[in-house]
Amino acid sequence: MKTPSKDEIDSIEFDLLLEAINRSYGFDFKNYSKAHILRRLTYFQNWNGLQSFSQVQDLILHNKSKMKELLGELSIKVTEMFRDPAFYLVLRKRVIPLLKTYPFPKIWIAGCSTGEEVYSMAILLKEEGLLKRTQIFATDFNEKAIEIAKKGIYAIDKIKLYTVNYQKAGGKNSFTDYYHVRDNRVEINPELRQNVQFALHNLVNDNKFETAHLISCRNVLIYFNKELQNRVIDLFSDSLINGGYLVLGMKESLLFSSKAGMYKTIDADRKIFQKRLTGE
Amino acid sequence: MMTRYKLVVIGASAGGLTAFEKLLAPLQTGFSIPIVVVQHISPDSENYMVSFLNDHCNLRVKEADEKEVVLPGTVYVAPPNFHVMIEENLSITLSVEERVNFSRPSIDVLFETAAYSIRKDVIGIVLTGGNRDGAMGLKMIKEAGGLTIAQSPEEAQVDIMPSAAISIAHPDYVLSLNEISELLMRLSN
Repeated sequence: MKTPSKDEIDSIEFDLLLEAINRSYGFDFKNYSKAHILRRLTYFQNWNGLQSFSQVQDLILHNKSKMKELLGELSIKVTEMFRDPAFYLVLRKRVIPLLKTYPFPKIWIAGCSTGEEVYSMAILLKEEGLLKRTQIFATDFNEKAIEIAKKGIYAIDKIKLYTVNYQKAGGKNSFTDYYHVRDNRVEINPELRQNVQFALHNLVNDNKFETAHLISCRNVLIYFNKELQNRVIDLFSDSLINGGYLVLGMKESLLFSSKAGMYKTIDADRKIFQKRLTGE
Repeated sequence: MMTRYKLVVIGASAGGLTAFEKLLAPLQTGFSIPIVVVQHISPDSENYMVSFLNDHCNLRVKEADEKEVVLPGTVYVAPPNFHVMIEENLSITLSVEERVNFSRPSIDVLFETAAYSIRKDVIGIVLTGGNRDGAMGLKMIKEAGGLTIAQSPEEAQVDIMPSAAISIAHPDYVLSLNEISELLMRLSN
Protein backbone atom coordinates (compact mmCIF):
# COMPACT_ATOMS: atom_id res chain seq x y z
CA MET A 1 0.00 0.00 0.00
CA LYS A 2 1.35 3.42 -0.91
CA THR A 3 1.45 6.31 1.55
CA PRO A 4 -0.50 9.38 0.43
CA SER A 5 1.67 12.51 0.21
CA LYS A 6 0.84 15.62 2.22
CA ASP A 7 -0.26 17.41 -0.96
CA GLU A 8 -2.61 14.52 -1.80
CA ILE A 9 -4.10 14.51 1.69
CA ASP A 10 -4.61 18.28 1.61
CA SER A 11 -6.39 18.03 -1.72
CA ILE A 12 -8.65 15.15 -0.58
CA GLU A 13 -9.58 16.92 2.64
CA PHE A 14 -10.40 20.10 0.71
CA ASP A 15 -12.70 18.29 -1.73
CA LEU A 16 -14.45 16.40 1.08
CA LEU A 17 -15.01 19.56 3.10
CA LEU A 18 -16.67 21.32 0.16
CA GLU A 19 -18.79 18.23 -0.44
CA ALA A 20 -19.84 18.19 3.22
CA ILE A 21 -20.79 21.88 3.18
CA ASN A 22 -22.84 21.40 0.02
CA ARG A 23 -24.63 18.22 1.10
CA SER A 24 -25.42 19.38 4.62
CA TYR A 25 -26.18 23.07 4.13
CA GLY A 26 -26.71 23.48 0.38
CA PHE A 27 -23.90 25.94 -0.33
CA ASP A 28 -21.80 24.92 -3.30
CA PHE A 29 -18.32 26.50 -3.37
CA LYS A 30 -16.79 24.11 -5.87
CA ASN A 31 -16.85 26.66 -8.70
CA TYR A 32 -15.44 29.47 -6.62
CA SER A 33 -11.83 30.58 -6.93
CA LYS A 34 -9.98 27.76 -5.15
CA ALA A 35 -7.20 30.08 -3.98
CA HIS A 36 -9.77 32.33 -2.30
CA ILE A 37 -11.66 29.47 -0.63
CA LEU A 38 -8.40 27.81 0.52
CA ARG A 39 -7.22 31.06 2.09
CA ARG A 40 -10.50 31.57 3.90
CA LEU A 41 -10.83 27.97 5.08
CA THR A 42 -7.26 27.98 6.36
CA TYR A 43 -7.93 31.20 8.26
CA PHE A 44 -11.07 29.66 9.79
CA GLN A 45 -9.18 26.48 10.68
CA ASN A 46 -6.39 28.37 12.45
CA TRP A 47 -8.81 30.76 14.19
CA ASN A 48 -10.62 27.77 15.66
CA GLY A 49 -7.38 26.08 16.69
CA LEU A 50 -7.91 23.12 14.35
CA GLN A 51 -5.20 21.08 12.63
CA SER A 52 -6.83 20.03 9.36
CA PHE A 53 -9.83 20.45 7.02
CA SER A 54 -11.09 17.08 8.29
CA GLN A 55 -11.43 18.66 11.72
CA VAL A 56 -13.19 21.68 10.17
CA GLN A 57 -15.58 19.26 8.47
CA ASP A 58 -16.34 17.52 11.76
CA LEU A 59 -16.98 20.86 13.47
CA ILE A 60 -19.35 22.35 10.91
CA LEU A 61 -21.34 19.15 10.35
CA HIS A 62 -22.29 19.02 14.02
CA ASN A 63 -22.49 22.71 14.81
CA LYS A 64 -24.75 24.95 12.75
CA SER A 65 -23.63 28.18 14.36
CA LYS A 66 -20.04 27.35 13.41
CA MET A 67 -21.23 26.80 9.84
CA LYS A 68 -22.81 30.27 9.92
CA GLU A 69 -19.47 31.64 11.07
CA LEU A 70 -17.69 29.86 8.25
CA LEU A 71 -20.22 31.18 5.75
CA GLY A 72 -19.41 34.69 6.94
CA GLU A 73 -15.75 33.92 6.41
CA LEU A 74 -16.33 32.68 2.86
CA SER A 75 -18.48 35.60 1.76
CA ILE A 76 -16.91 38.93 0.84
CA LYS A 77 -18.03 41.58 3.28
CA VAL A 78 -15.70 44.31 2.10
CA THR A 79 -17.81 47.01 0.52
CA GLU A 80 -18.19 50.74 0.84
CA MET A 81 -20.67 53.46 -0.03
CA PHE A 82 -20.05 54.96 -3.47
CA ARG A 83 -17.09 52.64 -4.03
CA ASP A 84 -15.43 53.70 -7.32
CA PRO A 85 -17.03 57.17 -7.42
CA ALA A 86 -16.31 57.52 -11.15
CA PHE A 87 -18.63 54.57 -11.75
CA TYR A 88 -21.50 56.39 -10.04
CA LEU A 89 -20.78 59.52 -12.07
CA VAL A 90 -21.18 57.60 -15.30
CA LEU A 91 -24.22 55.73 -13.98
CA ARG A 92 -25.86 59.06 -13.20
CA LYS A 93 -25.06 60.51 -16.62
CA ARG A 94 -25.58 57.58 -18.95
CA VAL A 95 -27.99 55.14 -17.28
CA ILE A 96 -30.33 57.06 -14.99
CA PRO A 97 -31.79 59.23 -17.79
CA LEU A 98 -32.92 56.06 -19.57
CA LEU A 99 -34.26 54.48 -16.40
CA LYS A 100 -36.41 57.60 -16.04
CA THR A 101 -38.25 56.71 -19.23
CA TYR A 102 -39.79 53.65 -17.56
CA PRO A 103 -42.84 54.21 -15.32
CA PHE A 104 -41.71 51.69 -12.69
CA PRO A 105 -38.04 50.74 -13.02
CA LYS A 106 -36.77 47.67 -11.22
CA ILE A 107 -33.19 47.30 -10.04
CA TRP A 108 -31.58 44.08 -8.85
CA ILE A 109 -28.46 44.43 -6.73
CA ALA A 110 -27.02 40.93 -6.67
CA GLY A 111 -24.49 40.12 -3.95
CA CYS A 112 -25.40 43.21 -1.93
CA SER A 113 -23.51 42.04 1.17
CA THR A 114 -24.10 44.45 4.05
CA GLY A 115 -26.02 46.95 1.92
CA GLU A 116 -23.65 49.87 1.33
CA GLU A 117 -24.15 49.71 -2.44
CA VAL A 118 -27.91 49.51 -2.00
CA TYR A 119 -28.02 52.75 -0.03
CA SER A 120 -25.63 54.41 -2.48
CA MET A 121 -28.00 53.50 -5.29
CA ALA A 122 -31.02 54.72 -3.28
CA ILE A 123 -29.34 58.09 -2.64
CA LEU A 124 -28.54 58.45 -6.33
CA LEU A 125 -32.14 57.62 -7.25
CA LYS A 126 -33.49 60.06 -4.69
CA GLU A 127 -31.40 62.89 -6.07
CA GLU A 128 -32.63 62.05 -9.56
CA GLY A 129 -36.27 62.04 -8.41
CA LEU A 130 -36.57 58.36 -9.16
CA LEU A 131 -36.55 56.72 -5.74
CA LYS A 132 -40.30 56.71 -5.11
CA ARG A 133 -41.20 54.84 -8.28
CA THR A 134 -38.25 52.45 -8.37
CA GLN A 135 -38.28 49.00 -6.81
CA ILE A 136 -34.88 47.72 -5.63
CA PHE A 137 -34.28 44.03 -5.00
CA ALA A 138 -31.16 43.47 -2.93
CA THR A 139 -29.97 39.89 -2.58
CA ASP A 140 -27.13 37.96 -1.00
CA PHE A 141 -26.53 34.35 0.08
CA ASN A 142 -25.26 35.36 3.49
CA GLU A 143 -28.09 35.72 6.01
CA LYS A 144 -26.00 37.71 8.47
CA ALA A 145 -24.99 40.24 5.81
CA ILE A 146 -28.62 40.71 4.75
CA GLU A 147 -29.61 41.38 8.38
CA ILE A 148 -27.03 44.16 8.60
CA ALA A 149 -28.16 45.54 5.23
CA LYS A 150 -31.79 45.70 6.41
CA LYS A 151 -30.84 47.69 9.48
CA GLY A 152 -28.55 50.11 7.65
CA ILE A 153 -26.41 50.82 10.71
CA TYR A 154 -22.68 51.17 10.11
CA ALA A 155 -19.45 51.94 11.95
CA ILE A 156 -18.78 55.66 12.16
CA ASP A 157 -15.11 55.46 11.22
CA LYS A 158 -15.96 54.90 7.55
CA ILE A 159 -18.11 58.00 7.16
CA LYS A 160 -15.24 60.28 6.20
CA LEU A 161 -14.35 58.04 3.26
CA TYR A 162 -18.01 57.68 2.25
CA THR A 163 -18.47 61.45 2.32
CA VAL A 164 -15.49 61.96 0.02
CA ASN A 165 -16.73 59.16 -2.25
CA TYR A 166 -20.20 60.71 -2.35
CA GLN A 167 -18.83 64.09 -3.36
CA LYS A 168 -16.59 62.58 -6.04
CA ALA A 169 -19.58 60.57 -7.29
CA GLY A 170 -21.40 63.79 -8.17
CA GLY A 171 -23.55 63.99 -5.01
CA LYS A 172 -25.90 66.97 -5.17
CA ASN A 173 -26.56 67.58 -1.49
CA SER A 174 -24.73 67.26 1.77
CA PHE A 175 -24.03 63.61 2.62
CA THR A 176 -25.20 64.29 6.18
CA ASP A 177 -28.74 64.58 4.76
CA TYR A 178 -28.84 60.80 4.49
CA TYR A 179 -27.89 59.58 7.94
CA HIS A 180 -27.86 60.48 11.59
CA VAL A 181 -25.41 59.48 14.26
CA ARG A 182 -26.57 57.58 17.32
CA ASP A 183 -24.44 55.81 19.94
CA ASN A 184 -21.40 56.54 17.85
CA ARG A 185 -22.84 54.67 14.88
CA VAL A 186 -24.25 55.84 11.58
CA GLU A 187 -27.90 55.08 10.88
CA ILE A 188 -29.02 55.45 7.28
CA ASN A 189 -32.35 57.26 6.90
CA PRO A 190 -35.08 54.58 6.73
CA GLU A 191 -36.75 56.54 3.93
CA LEU A 192 -34.01 55.27 1.61
CA ARG A 193 -35.09 51.64 2.00
CA GLN A 194 -38.83 52.21 1.59
CA ASN A 195 -38.78 50.54 -1.81
CA VAL A 196 -36.00 48.08 -1.12
CA GLN A 197 -36.78 44.40 -0.76
CA PHE A 198 -33.95 42.42 0.83
CA ALA A 199 -33.90 38.69 0.13
CA LEU A 200 -31.70 35.61 0.39
CA HIS A 201 -30.59 34.45 -3.02
CA ASN A 202 -27.59 32.37 -4.08
CA LEU A 203 -26.25 33.09 -7.56
CA VAL A 204 -24.65 29.63 -7.60
CA ASN A 205 -27.83 27.58 -7.65
CA ASP A 206 -30.92 29.78 -7.40
CA ASN A 207 -32.87 30.78 -10.45
CA LYS A 208 -33.79 34.01 -12.13
CA PHE A 209 -34.91 36.46 -9.48
CA GLU A 210 -36.92 39.27 -11.06
CA THR A 211 -37.32 41.00 -14.35
CA ALA A 212 -35.07 44.02 -14.05
CA HIS A 213 -34.18 47.20 -15.91
CA LEU A 214 -30.79 47.40 -14.21
CA ILE A 215 -28.72 44.67 -12.59
CA SER A 216 -25.73 45.61 -10.47
CA CYS A 217 -23.34 42.86 -9.45
CA ARG A 218 -20.00 44.34 -8.49
CA ASN A 219 -16.95 42.43 -7.26
CA VAL A 220 -18.77 39.13 -6.98
CA LEU A 221 -17.81 37.43 -10.24
CA ILE A 222 -14.08 37.76 -9.52
CA TYR A 223 -14.48 35.04 -6.87
CA PHE A 224 -16.08 32.61 -9.35
CA ASN A 225 -14.39 30.42 -11.94
CA LYS A 226 -15.17 30.94 -15.63
CA GLU A 227 -17.87 28.28 -15.66
CA LEU A 228 -19.78 29.83 -12.78
CA GLN A 229 -19.26 33.33 -14.19
CA ASN A 230 -20.89 32.08 -17.35
CA ARG A 231 -23.87 30.68 -15.47
CA VAL A 232 -24.41 33.91 -13.58
CA ILE A 233 -24.22 36.06 -16.72
CA ASP A 234 -26.81 33.73 -18.29
CA LEU A 235 -29.02 34.28 -15.26
CA PHE A 236 -28.66 38.05 -15.57
CA SER A 237 -29.31 37.94 -19.31
CA ASP A 238 -32.58 36.09 -18.67
CA SER A 239 -33.59 38.58 -15.99
CA LEU A 240 -32.83 41.80 -17.89
CA ILE A 241 -35.38 43.39 -20.19
CA ASN A 242 -34.12 44.19 -23.68
CA GLY A 243 -32.35 47.54 -23.41
CA GLY A 244 -31.69 46.91 -19.71
CA TYR A 245 -28.32 47.60 -18.09
CA LEU A 246 -25.78 45.32 -16.47
CA VAL A 247 -23.05 46.83 -14.32
CA LEU A 248 -20.06 44.89 -12.98
CA GLY A 249 -16.99 45.56 -10.82
CA MET A 250 -14.00 47.48 -12.19
CA LYS A 251 -11.96 44.35 -12.95
CA GLU A 252 -14.84 42.20 -14.19
CA SER A 253 -15.94 41.64 -17.76
CA LEU A 254 -18.22 39.70 -20.10
CA LEU A 255 -15.11 38.20 -21.70
CA PHE A 256 -15.82 34.61 -20.68
CA SER A 257 -19.55 34.69 -21.32
CA SER A 258 -21.24 33.13 -24.32
CA LYS A 259 -23.80 35.92 -23.95
CA ALA A 260 -21.25 38.72 -24.51
CA GLY A 261 -22.73 39.37 -27.97
CA MET A 262 -26.06 40.27 -26.41
CA TYR A 263 -24.55 43.41 -24.89
CA LYS A 264 -23.33 46.81 -26.03
CA THR A 265 -20.54 48.42 -24.04
CA ILE A 266 -21.69 51.74 -22.64
CA ASP A 267 -18.51 52.45 -20.65
CA ALA A 268 -15.61 50.01 -20.91
CA ASP A 269 -13.65 51.35 -17.92
CA ARG A 270 -16.64 51.53 -15.57
CA LYS A 271 -18.00 48.17 -16.79
CA ILE A 272 -21.44 49.39 -17.82
CA PHE A 273 -23.17 47.23 -20.43
CA GLN A 274 -26.57 47.41 -22.12
CA LYS A 275 -28.53 44.41 -23.33
CA ARG A 276 -29.31 44.99 -26.98
CA LEU A 277 -32.86 45.55 -28.18
CA THR A 278 -34.10 42.74 -30.41
CA GLY A 279 -32.84 43.20 -33.94
CA GLU A 280 -30.23 45.72 -32.87
CA MET B 1 16.68 20.12 -18.70
CA MET B 2 13.59 22.26 -18.29
CA THR B 3 13.24 24.24 -15.11
CA ARG B 4 10.95 22.73 -12.52
CA TYR B 5 9.80 26.17 -11.40
CA LYS B 6 6.46 27.42 -12.68
CA LEU B 7 6.26 30.82 -11.03
CA VAL B 8 8.30 33.57 -9.36
CA VAL B 9 6.53 35.83 -6.86
CA ILE B 10 8.24 38.99 -5.59
CA GLY B 11 7.14 41.55 -3.01
CA ALA B 12 8.47 44.99 -2.10
CA SER B 13 7.38 48.14 -0.33
CA ALA B 14 9.43 51.31 0.33
CA GLY B 15 12.33 51.44 -2.15
CA GLY B 16 10.71 48.82 -4.36
CA LEU B 17 10.69 50.68 -7.64
CA THR B 18 14.48 50.90 -7.99
CA ALA B 19 14.94 47.42 -6.50
CA PHE B 20 12.58 45.91 -9.07
CA GLU B 21 14.36 47.74 -11.86
CA LYS B 22 17.76 46.47 -10.74
CA LEU B 23 16.52 42.93 -10.23
CA LEU B 24 14.49 42.58 -13.44
CA ALA B 25 16.59 44.55 -15.96
CA PRO B 26 19.24 41.79 -16.43
CA LEU B 27 16.61 39.12 -17.21
CA GLN B 28 16.40 38.38 -20.93
CA THR B 29 13.23 37.83 -22.97
CA GLY B 30 13.85 34.08 -22.98
CA PHE B 31 13.42 33.95 -19.20
CA SER B 32 11.21 30.91 -18.87
CA ILE B 33 9.31 31.50 -15.62
CA PRO B 34 6.34 33.88 -15.29
CA ILE B 35 6.84 36.58 -12.63
CA VAL B 36 4.11 38.14 -10.47
CA VAL B 37 4.99 41.11 -8.27
CA VAL B 38 3.34 43.11 -5.52
CA GLN B 39 4.59 46.62 -4.83
CA HIS B 40 2.74 48.49 -2.07
CA ILE B 41 1.06 51.50 -3.68
CA SER B 42 -1.68 53.94 -2.80
CA PRO B 43 -5.19 52.83 -3.86
CA ASP B 44 -5.66 55.80 -6.20
CA SER B 45 -2.30 55.59 -7.94
CA GLU B 46 -2.08 55.05 -11.68
CA ASN B 47 0.36 52.16 -11.36
CA TYR B 48 3.24 54.14 -12.81
CA MET B 49 5.52 51.19 -12.06
CA VAL B 50 4.15 49.23 -15.03
CA SER B 51 5.27 51.76 -17.63
CA PHE B 52 8.50 52.52 -15.75
CA LEU B 53 9.55 48.86 -15.62
CA ASN B 54 8.43 48.29 -19.19
CA ASP B 55 10.83 51.03 -20.29
CA HIS B 56 13.72 49.55 -18.30
CA CYS B 57 13.28 45.79 -18.73
CA ASN B 58 13.58 43.30 -21.57
CA LEU B 59 10.66 41.32 -20.25
CA ARG B 60 7.12 42.46 -21.02
CA VAL B 61 5.62 44.18 -17.97
CA LYS B 62 1.85 44.54 -17.55
CA GLU B 63 -0.82 44.96 -14.91
CA ALA B 64 -2.30 41.64 -13.78
CA ASP B 65 -5.75 41.04 -15.26
CA GLU B 66 -8.57 39.07 -13.71
CA LYS B 67 -8.52 35.35 -14.77
CA GLU B 68 -5.50 35.78 -17.05
CA VAL B 69 -3.10 32.83 -17.20
CA VAL B 70 0.46 33.97 -16.56
CA LEU B 71 3.06 33.36 -19.29
CA PRO B 72 6.85 33.12 -19.45
CA GLY B 73 8.74 36.26 -20.44
CA THR B 74 6.20 38.44 -18.67
CA VAL B 75 6.05 40.35 -15.39
CA TYR B 76 2.58 40.86 -13.90
CA VAL B 77 2.14 43.77 -11.49
CA ALA B 78 -0.69 43.80 -8.92
CA PRO B 79 -3.23 46.56 -9.65
CA PRO B 80 -3.73 49.29 -7.01
CA ASN B 81 -6.40 48.40 -4.42
CA PHE B 82 -6.66 44.71 -5.36
CA HIS B 83 -5.05 41.60 -3.92
CA VAL B 84 -3.62 39.15 -6.45
CA MET B 85 -4.20 35.43 -5.88
CA ILE B 86 -2.72 32.54 -7.86
CA GLU B 87 -4.77 29.50 -8.91
CA GLU B 88 -3.51 25.97 -9.59
CA ASN B 89 -3.79 26.50 -13.36
CA LEU B 90 -1.53 29.58 -13.05
CA SER B 91 -4.42 31.97 -13.58
CA ILE B 92 -4.92 35.16 -11.60
CA THR B 93 -7.84 35.97 -9.32
CA LEU B 94 -8.14 39.56 -8.13
CA SER B 95 -9.74 40.28 -4.79
CA VAL B 96 -11.19 43.29 -2.98
CA GLU B 97 -11.02 41.61 0.42
CA GLU B 98 -9.87 43.54 3.47
CA ARG B 99 -6.33 44.84 3.68
CA VAL B 100 -3.69 42.48 5.00
CA ASN B 101 -0.82 44.09 6.93
CA PHE B 102 -2.57 47.40 6.13
CA SER B 103 -1.96 46.72 2.46
CA ARG B 104 -4.01 45.95 -0.63
CA PRO B 105 -2.33 44.54 -2.63
CA SER B 106 -0.62 42.49 0.08
CA ILE B 107 2.50 40.40 -0.47
CA ASP B 108 1.30 37.76 2.00
CA VAL B 109 -1.90 37.15 0.01
CA LEU B 110 0.07 36.58 -3.19
CA PHE B 111 2.65 34.34 -1.47
CA GLU B 112 0.09 32.33 0.52
CA THR B 113 -2.02 31.49 -2.51
CA ALA B 114 1.10 30.74 -4.59
CA ALA B 115 2.14 28.31 -1.83
CA TYR B 116 -1.29 26.63 -1.82
CA SER B 117 -1.56 26.39 -5.58
CA ILE B 118 1.98 25.91 -6.92
CA ARG B 119 3.50 24.24 -3.85
CA LYS B 120 7.18 23.31 -4.35
CA ASP B 121 7.40 24.80 -7.82
CA VAL B 122 7.26 28.44 -6.77
CA ILE B 123 10.11 30.86 -6.01
CA GLY B 124 9.31 33.57 -3.44
CA ILE B 125 11.42 36.71 -3.02
CA VAL B 126 11.09 39.49 -0.40
CA LEU B 127 12.80 42.82 -1.18
CA THR B 128 13.17 46.20 0.50
CA GLY B 129 10.34 47.65 2.64
CA GLY B 130 9.35 49.31 5.89
CA ASN B 131 6.83 46.77 7.21
CA ARG B 132 6.54 43.02 7.74
CA ASP B 133 4.30 42.05 4.84
CA GLY B 134 5.58 38.99 2.99
CA ALA B 135 7.30 37.29 5.94
CA MET B 136 4.41 34.92 6.75
CA GLY B 137 3.79 34.22 3.09
CA LEU B 138 7.44 33.40 2.50
CA LYS B 139 7.29 30.98 5.42
CA MET B 140 4.33 29.24 3.80
CA ILE B 141 6.21 28.93 0.50
CA LYS B 142 9.12 27.39 2.40
CA GLU B 143 6.79 24.93 4.16
CA ALA B 144 5.25 23.98 0.82
CA GLY B 145 8.74 23.11 -0.45
CA GLY B 146 9.23 26.15 -2.69
CA LEU B 147 12.44 28.15 -3.01
CA THR B 148 12.70 31.22 -0.76
CA ILE B 149 14.95 34.27 -1.07
CA ALA B 150 15.31 37.54 0.85
CA GLN B 151 17.22 40.59 -0.30
CA SER B 152 20.25 41.14 1.89
CA PRO B 153 19.17 43.70 4.55
CA GLU B 154 22.54 45.49 4.26
CA GLU B 155 21.79 46.27 0.63
CA ALA B 156 18.05 46.96 0.98
CA GLN B 157 17.02 50.62 0.94
CA VAL B 158 14.78 49.84 3.93
CA ASP B 159 15.81 46.70 5.79
CA ILE B 160 12.72 46.01 7.95
CA MET B 161 10.89 43.82 5.46
CA PRO B 162 13.74 41.53 4.39
CA SER B 163 14.87 41.28 8.03
CA ALA B 164 11.37 40.21 9.11
CA ALA B 165 11.27 37.67 6.29
CA ILE B 166 14.65 36.27 7.34
CA SER B 167 13.72 35.88 11.00
CA ILE B 168 10.26 34.40 10.34
CA ALA B 169 10.77 32.32 7.19
CA HIS B 170 14.47 31.37 7.41
CA PRO B 171 14.77 31.61 3.60
CA ASP B 172 17.05 29.38 1.53
CA TYR B 173 19.07 32.38 0.30
CA VAL B 174 19.87 35.90 1.50
CA LEU B 175 21.35 37.71 -1.52
CA SER B 176 22.03 41.05 -3.17
CA LEU B 177 19.80 42.07 -6.10
CA ASN B 178 22.56 41.18 -8.60
CA GLU B 179 22.93 37.76 -7.06
CA ILE B 180 19.17 37.18 -7.12
CA SER B 181 19.08 38.04 -10.85
CA GLU B 182 21.95 35.60 -11.52
CA LEU B 183 20.29 32.84 -9.49
CA LEU B 184 16.98 33.35 -11.31
CA MET B 185 18.72 33.13 -14.70
CA ARG B 186 20.43 29.90 -13.63
CA LEU B 187 17.15 28.42 -12.37
CA SER B 188 15.33 29.47 -15.52
CA ASN B 189 17.31 27.07 -17.74
